[in-house]
Amino acid sequence: MTEANRTALLDARAIARAIARMAEEIVRFSGGTDELVLVGIQRRGVDLAERLARQIAGERGGVPQGAVDITLYRDDLQTVGPRPIVGETYIPVDLTGKWVMVVDDVLYTGRTVRAALAELADFGRPARVGLCVLVDRGGRELPIHADVVGETIAVDPGSRIDVLLEERDGRDAVELVQGGP
Amino acid sequence: MTAVLGKDLLGLETLTSEQIGLVLDTAVPFKAVSLRPIKKVPTLRGKTIVNLFYEASTRTRISFEFAEKRLSADTVNVGSKGSSVEKGENLVDTARNLEAMNIDMVVIRHPSSGAAQFLADRIRSNVVNAGDGRHEHPTQGLLDLLTIRDRLGTLEGKRVCIVGDILHSRVARSNVWGLIKMGAEVAVCGPRSLMPRGIEGLGVTVLPRIEEAIEWADVLNILRLQLERMQAGYLPSLGEYARVFGLSEERLARAPRELLILHPGPMNRGVEIDSRVADGPHSVILDQVTNGVAVRMAVLYLLAGGRPELAEAAQAAKRGEAE
Repeated sequence: MTEANRTALLDARAIARAIARMAEEIVRFSGGTDELVLVGIQRRGVDLAERLARQIAGERGGVPQGAVDITLYRDDLQTVGPRPIVGETYIPVDLTGKWVMVVDDVLYTGRTVRAALAELADFGRPARVGLCVLVDRGGRELPIHADVVGETIAVDPGSRIDVLLEERDGRDAVELVQGGP
Repeated sequence: MTAVLGKDLLGLETLTSEQIGLVLDTAVPFKAVSLRPIKKVPTLRGKTIVNLFYEASTRTRISFEFAEKRLSADTVNVGSKGSSVEKGENLVDTARNLEAMNIDMVVIRHPSSGAAQFLADRIRSNVVNAGDGRHEHPTQGLLDLLTIRDRLGTLEGKRVCIVGDILHSRVARSNVWGLIKMGAEVAVCGPRSLMPRGIEGLGVTVLPRIEEAIEWADVLNILRLQLERMQAGYLPSLGEYARVFGLSEERLARAPRELLILHPGPMNRGVEIDSRVADGPHSVILDQVTNGVAVRMAVLYLLAGGRPELAEAAQAAKRGEAE
């Protein structure tokens, strides 16, 4: 992929502002933080959940966080072949009665979220489950919507949104890659 | 996406170190599935797997069945007793009839070496070898590798000695292939009458006495002494074998370093291994059983998706769409 195909959409400051606002909306969504559990989708969803938790509770770390890897719940094993390495799924508390906020970096077809919802159901029966994404790029193939969105950016199917995060990629940025899958 | 394991898992002899490493890495998250409140993921939903066991097995058959069920596959068990096998139906006819019922995979245990390969060459379904004669028992080899790697961090450079009836053991063969490929040093120890000729040619050291094995090794994999070998005249008596090759607490106490003790089961307590050793702090025998389910889940998962032609077709279709 040549650099010419990359366009910067959000920089580090814009991402920080978005996360601050998303944190407020999450607290409003769950009516406080008493029953709130943040569950990130591997891998960048987990990084974002960590940032949101810090934003919500400060460094006290008062919001329980989990992670789901949806590889084993995908609906396309037969056509794409197994993604060899399956990441960790870690749910710290029984989810029954909790307000669960699922966190991911980009919302596109909705299939990843569907798989994550199926996986969460194996860990209890939450009072309510919400969805929080940094970027909603449109193009849904399932009836799924996000409750908390950092930025809505319509992107045509021939392009890709890259979310880069400091802790994983060395810098914070959201970029549009034209011609990428 | 490259072909990860291909259509079948028949042995470790034909796998690369990358493929073996991939199975071991994939088994790790599957271990966590067995610890969840709901021990099941939908990965193989709608797949039908036949467990075709022509030979007695408790641990391996149950382990495969748990692995299949925890991946949500539908399973059918066929044994040689009480099925048309008893009426003399041959292996291929049995398998073709099953295949006509649209199955996806066959797990086969058979007394003849090469039976798994024979079947794999003749049916479309994925075939997993669960032990064929003296040839190989690849999932046992993989679970032994995983158990050693879990405890020692790596297989590279570790010294593993397999003790017992090497001649008749498919577990020994799969261990030798797997360990050598993963960079371990391998030795075998046992009575001369039960040692295959020319085994040094594989890069394996032969240690004639168990005291030498204890002195040399980081890991001892103690094989089950198959009692039927006694009748065939390979050994004078059980007592003699226990005296010369049995792993006792007294012998183990002279080990110069911490030893890890594996045994594929079922154990003849008091023959090849003392109860105090089998239940002692160095034994990882029950870890092997736990890892067996995870390794088998990993193998089934990788084989189920390992149809490169479908992956390529899907990618080609996607590229076509994008243009």
